[in-house]
Amino acid sequence: MLASLTLSQAEWDAILLSLRIGMSAVAWTLPPGIAIAWLLARREFRGKALLDGIVHLPLVLPPVVIGYLLLIALGRQGWLGQWLHEGLGVSLPFTWQGAAVASGVMAFPLLVRAVRLSLEAVDPKLEAAANTLGAGRWRIFCTITLPLAIPGVLTGTLLAFARALSEFGATITFASNIPHETRTLPLALYTLIQMPGKEAAAARLCLLAVIIAMLSLIASETLARRARQRTRQRDG
Amino acid sequence: MNSAASLRLALRKRLGGFQLETDLTLPDRGVSALFGASGSGKTSLLRLIAGLDRPDHGHIRLGERALVDVAQGQWLPPNKRRIGIVFQEPRLFPHYRVRGNLTYGMPAHARPRFNAIVELLGIGSLLDRLPGTLSGGEAQRVSIGRALLSDPQLLLMDEPLSGLDGARKQELLTFILSLVRDIQIPIVYISHDPGEIIAIADHLVVIEAGRVLASDSLETVLQRLDLTPQLGGFDLASVLPARIAGHDATYELTHLALEDGQTLVVPRLAAPPGSELRVRIPARDVGLALAPITATSYRNQLRASVERIAPSPDDDSAMELLLGLGRHRLRSRLTRKSCAELKLAPGMSVTALIRTVSFDIRRH
Repeated sequence: MLASLTLSQAEWDAILLSLRIGMSAVAWTLPPGIAIAWLLARREFRGKALLDGIVHLPLVLPPVVIGYLLLIALGRQGWLGQWLHEGLGVSLPFTWQGAAVASGVMAFPLLVRAVRLSLEAVDPKLEAAANTLGAGRWRIFCTITLPLAIPGVLTGTLLAFARALSEFGATITFASNIPHETRTLPLALYTLIQMPGKEAAAARLCLLAVIIAMLSLIASETLARRARQRTRQRDG
Repeated sequence: MNSAASLRLALRKRLGGFQLETDLTLPDRGVSALFGASGSGKTSLLRLIAGLDRPDHGHIRLGERALVDVAQGQWLPPNKRRIGIVFQEPRLFPHYRVRGNLTYGMPAHARPRFNAIVELLGIGSLLDRLPGTLSGGEAQRVSIGRALLSDPQLLLMDEPLSGLDGARKQELLTFILSLVRDIQIPIVYISHDPGEIIAIADHLVVIEAGRVLASDSLETVLQRLDLTPQLGGFDLASVLPARIAGHDATYELTHLALEDGQTLVVPRLAAPPGSELRVRIPARDVGLALAPITATSYRNQLRASVERIAPSPDDDSAMELLLGLGRHRLRSRLTRKSCAELKLAPGMSVTALIRTVSFDIRRH
């Protein structure tokens, strides 16, 4: 089954592409993810329940639906896509950037949930103390709230990264299955399964997917534990 | 150093079961204590001063500055008020070292004071520690230093000793007393502990169910016979300013001069002659005689005049007396029977026999 322990060019392509798309997905979702998590954790406003619902949609909708909605919005004829194409010359469908958008959207709820939980765990009394020491809202966020929420932000980031790596439905719908461009690990695996006689190659990719997912989960746990130890409140 | 500024509070705020309503001005120097039972509205008032809550009506001014004025639509957020707060719990930032906590709110022009404040609070050896490794008393001292280094115009302290046990409490109280002597800004000190208030306050505000019952100098408020139920915990004492006139090495005694020139003799004190201090005389420890008595072990006899006599509100067998002693007043609690037998009446000259005197060494 594992004829060779070295990876073929196609396998390397799929892995590197997956990592690139996963990282890009996390990179673009992190700032809005933290901002929305903060809004949900610390602010009361009209439409909060609606925002919360929208953020969670990718968790409950079939991924294909998300991919289809992205095509409608970001396709060349889509309202946002048209503006992106004509204004900035950017076209997302059928590109690896498009795959990063699709997997980012799918990973977004996991990121927001983890960050929100850790922001809520930050004692508002510390923020009030910083406030009375002359710090405005932005400084409080950067120096108190965010640093104390770092364990959750790290967990959320790696969770979102793992989710983005494993994204399939929305990606294939929105970005298609183009070798070297949008054929990530899950898509490559799917392609192999469709072909007769490729069972061994499929099994190898399957094993690779498990290894990468495990590594990122372990990394997430380790980082979060270290961050927690550093900021332990009492009797550290 | 800051120019001193008095704090004016004229406001109303609806709180759960009652209305907090104040119309008072706190002095621009010294320590003003807010005293009242838990839930009387003390901490709510502090949150309003700090800007952590907004009043429903009225205004708060610090010197010339309006911190909030509901009618004028003025509002300064907490970070613009220049008010330092020491909370009940230290609230140190767990991810900053002690040094980082101290400098968090420190403007550049306060930097030269860093060493002095660190030394005053005895936290020099803690600078590189994380807050999680500090004891309760150490953490609270750092929190006081952090508030002071933010260069406030007013310092608010919300029961800063409440989380500490007896010995630590005494230790921190000593630090706070020396700090009060050194800093020039007014302090508002919240407490429900009469012992702390006697030790630290110059001005006393008594709050009950959101209403201000009294706001005057500590000495004057403690003489209010009508507040006896609220001030029961104060052990009814008089507080008088005094100066060390000299020491008597033979008998290990110290002579204290009161403002009207009379003298108290007490066991020898460590402070040098000339030191100013406050003496505290419990009302139960002040007896009266119609004339000076000679053959007695009472060292301390003061000439005084009876100013007022009233029945004790909480003890049917006792009378509360107010004695004039120069500019100051001395409280005495006698049995009704003694008062009747001595035929005491306002205006009479008497001799006050003083059994115990306790001290509180600090500037007055």
